[in-house]
Amino acid sequence: MISVQDLRVTFNGIDAVSGVTFAVAEGASFGIVGESGSGKSTVLRALVGLNNDWTGRMTIAGRALSPKRGRDFFRRVQMVFQDPYGSLHPRQTIDRALSEPLLVHGIPDIDRRIRLALSEVALPATARFRYPHQLSGGQRQRVAIARALMCEPEVLLLDEPTSALDVSVQAEVLNLLADLQDRRKLTYVMVSHNLAVVAHLCPTIGVMQAGEMVEMLSAEDLRSGHIRHKHTADLRRLSTELEEA
Amino acid sequence: MSGAVNREWLLTDAPTSRAQAAWGRRYRLWLDFRANRLAMAGLIVVLALVVCAVLAPWLAPYDPSSQDLTNRLGVPQPGHWLGTDELGRDVLSRLLFGARVTLGMVLAVVITVAPLGLAIGCIAGYFGGWIDTALMRITDVFLAFPRLILALAFVAAIRPGIPSAILAIALTTWPPYARLARAETLGFRNTDFIAAVRLTGASSSRIILRHIAPLCVGSLIVRVTLDMSSIILFAASLGFLGMGAQPPSPEWGTMIATARRFFLDQWWVPLVPGVAIFVASLAFNLLGDGLRDVLDPKQR
Amino acid sequence: MLVEIDNLNVAFPSPQGLAPAVRGVSLRLGAEKLGIVGESGSGKSLTARALLRLLPKAAVMTADRMTFDGIDILAAKERHMREIRGKRAGLILQDPKYALNPIMTAGSQIAEAVRLHKKTSRREAVQAAIDLLAQVQIRDPHRVANAYPHELSGGMGQRVMIAMMLAPNPELLIADEPTSALDASVQAEILRLMEDLVSRRGMGLMLISHDLPLVSHFCDRVAVMYAGRIVENLAAGELPRAQHPYTRGLLECLPTLSHPKARLPVMSRDPAWLT
Repeated sequence: MISVQDLRVTFNGIDAVSGVTFAVAEGASFGIVGESGSGKSTVLRALVGLNNDWTGRMTIAGRALSPKRGRDFFRRVQMVFQDPYGSLHPRQTIDRALSEPLLVHGIPDIDRRIRLALSEVALPATARFRYPHQLSGGQRQRVAIARALMCEPEVLLLDEPTSALDVSVQAEVLNLLADLQDRRKLTYVMVSHNLAVVAHLCPTIGVMQAGEMVEMLSAEDLRSGHIRHKHTADLRRLSTELEEA
Repeated sequence: MSGAVNREWLLTDAPTSRAQAAWGRRYRLWLDFRANRLAMAGLIVVLALVVCAVLAPWLAPYDPSSQDLTNRLGVPQPGHWLGTDELGRDVLSRLLFGARVTLGMVLAVVITVAPLGLAIGCIAGYFGGWIDTALMRITDVFLAFPRLILALAFVAAIRPGIPSAILAIALTTWPPYARLARAETLGFRNTDFIAAVRLTGASSSRIILRHIAPLCVGSLIVRVTLDMSSIILFAASLGFLGMGAQPPSPEWGTMIATARRFFLDQWWVPLVPGVAIFVASLAFNLLGDGLRDVLDPKQR
Repeated sequence: MLVEIDNLNVAFPSPQGLAPAVRGVSLRLGAEKLGIVGESGSGKSLTARALLRLLPKAAVMTADRMTFDGIDILAAKERHMREIRGKRAGLILQDPKYALNPIMTAGSQIAEAVRLHKKTSRREAVQAAIDLLAQVQIRDPHRVANAYPHELSGGMGQRVMIAMMLAPNPELLIADEPTSALDASVQAEILRLMEDLVSRRGMGLMLISHDLPLVSHFCDRVAVMYAGRIVENLAAGELPRAQHPYTRGLLECLPTLSHPKARLPVMSRDPAWLT
């Protein structure tokens, strides 16, 4: 479904991403972990078209991606952002935010689709005409997920979707993402700095350090410690150290 | 639900329509504004000015241009509550009709200047690159003009009068709005919610018009109300210098100009319009301050 | 006993009356490390700030008893509070980018902190700043002292903050989410540093965080807060045997590498916890 070959992104002469290659099958989940500055979010933004200064070759559903993305692309590929407090327009009601993708693509039957979307992400109908500041962080993230799914995409790119959420809310959102993937056969690429979260949702994981993908391994290998690269081992150790308590 | 508009309907936690949510939001802003006494005072005075201006023909006891040379420079007394000027015209009536002129000028300026500045600023801020540079350099050119010199230039080119005054004021007032809108747009352009809108495949014009411009309107409104006081003062200065409203037009600045030689003995004649200018400017200032407290997102 | 709080209540005025944010919180802290854990809105930050009387003006605070080293915080005058804040009790905040003055070098900020609480010459203060930077395990203290906050990484900035707070030799350190903005590797280093400094100087540490495993790893005792109340207070080692369903919920809903779960258990919030 997704194929990235030798992706390179440069900011001001510095390589934020230098030569990343990976592939994701249809309906699968691929996780990218790394610390801040490793370039993981940059890969996602290049993939979705928010950043057009890249070289390399990327294809989605067999079609090569060019810097200019058409409306059709955005119907098939969508993204959920990290910060629930910044990803919703502060002056628009949830209803307005959810109808925007439908209006842009000319999809009819807006009212019914919005009601369906809200129930699918387990938001009460009372939230529909509220403003973002009247919702909790977890609720806002659900709205962000609902918005991404309005045009029924095939690929969902998740940029640290639960990092800004409380732990209990994180669990609900991760379960929701798993359910949605089952129901809609979505392909996920998820970026996070949290190994446990990524391993929970993604059977295949790529580890990034300083712009390079230093290792690609399965979640099982990560859990059991079958690791080749030192950085991966370091990250795993930091994570399991705290779990021993 | 009958949709009866009452306090509960406005403040409900679960609005059932976009209109209800929008009105609820406006009502909450109004409640915040109302809590500010000075701002309310400003609002009341501004509304009073507007009422005076609109109802001047019915409120004024005399025709503002009717002269009574036997009663020149009359002392304030019942009959002529604010006295008469050097041609025997009733000062109170001239004041009321002058409000029309002043507020009319201010409105004309604001209606032209604010949308223009908003458009230029948002476009420059959103697209960046050469569009931004070109628009901002044009803005700089207009910003560099000293207002008074420009007004003199118009007087030399066209007749002095209210239209030239409005033009001169408008041409020198719009640059700060463009700058303001551009600064706000730059701030919003890189937010996640604008990125999310870009990811719907929306066109740039849709993004600017429907998503970015509404966010800039708040600070623009604040700037406009604060600017009103300086526009009033500038219009009055032009009138005072003989470049704006011409006599016998009852514009407040012109009234001061023609009466200034009576300042020592019949002080009320130049002073009353001066006080009117002061009160109007102050009221707009207080109103603008109050609006800033309520609308400025950084303060909420 | 360094800190004694009995029945602390903090509330904020709202259109519906007074909204409680901290309800009946009582705790004791000696020369030990206490972790206060809670999700957003649990009142954990407010509790710490109440101790230093740094609540927002609108807040209404009451308590039966609140003392710091025997000094009655409730009755203390503002200038006595200024003696305590910074000098005897330091506060470390989450993001050094926002907590440090962007137009002063790191060294001058630490030197200022030194001179604020001790009469020293400027040169001695600068030297003291360099010493402090070395104490927080910065390898090149001279370079960091001359750097501006935006030139420092997150972890470095946090070390500078710790150095600033340690300058007057306080007895208590309150750290409000000190590592939430940092990478995992840096996080571990900073916490170990704090642990080390606190035990060497015999200080008390109040660590506020949303991260339960982290806190239990680095603290002696853990207090779990929910909706303004402390629902559980226990030794860090006893955490696996926690009793309260909220604590258990927090522990169980976390994904872990060592114990994979097909579906994360979701916490059902008992409304009884709100009373």
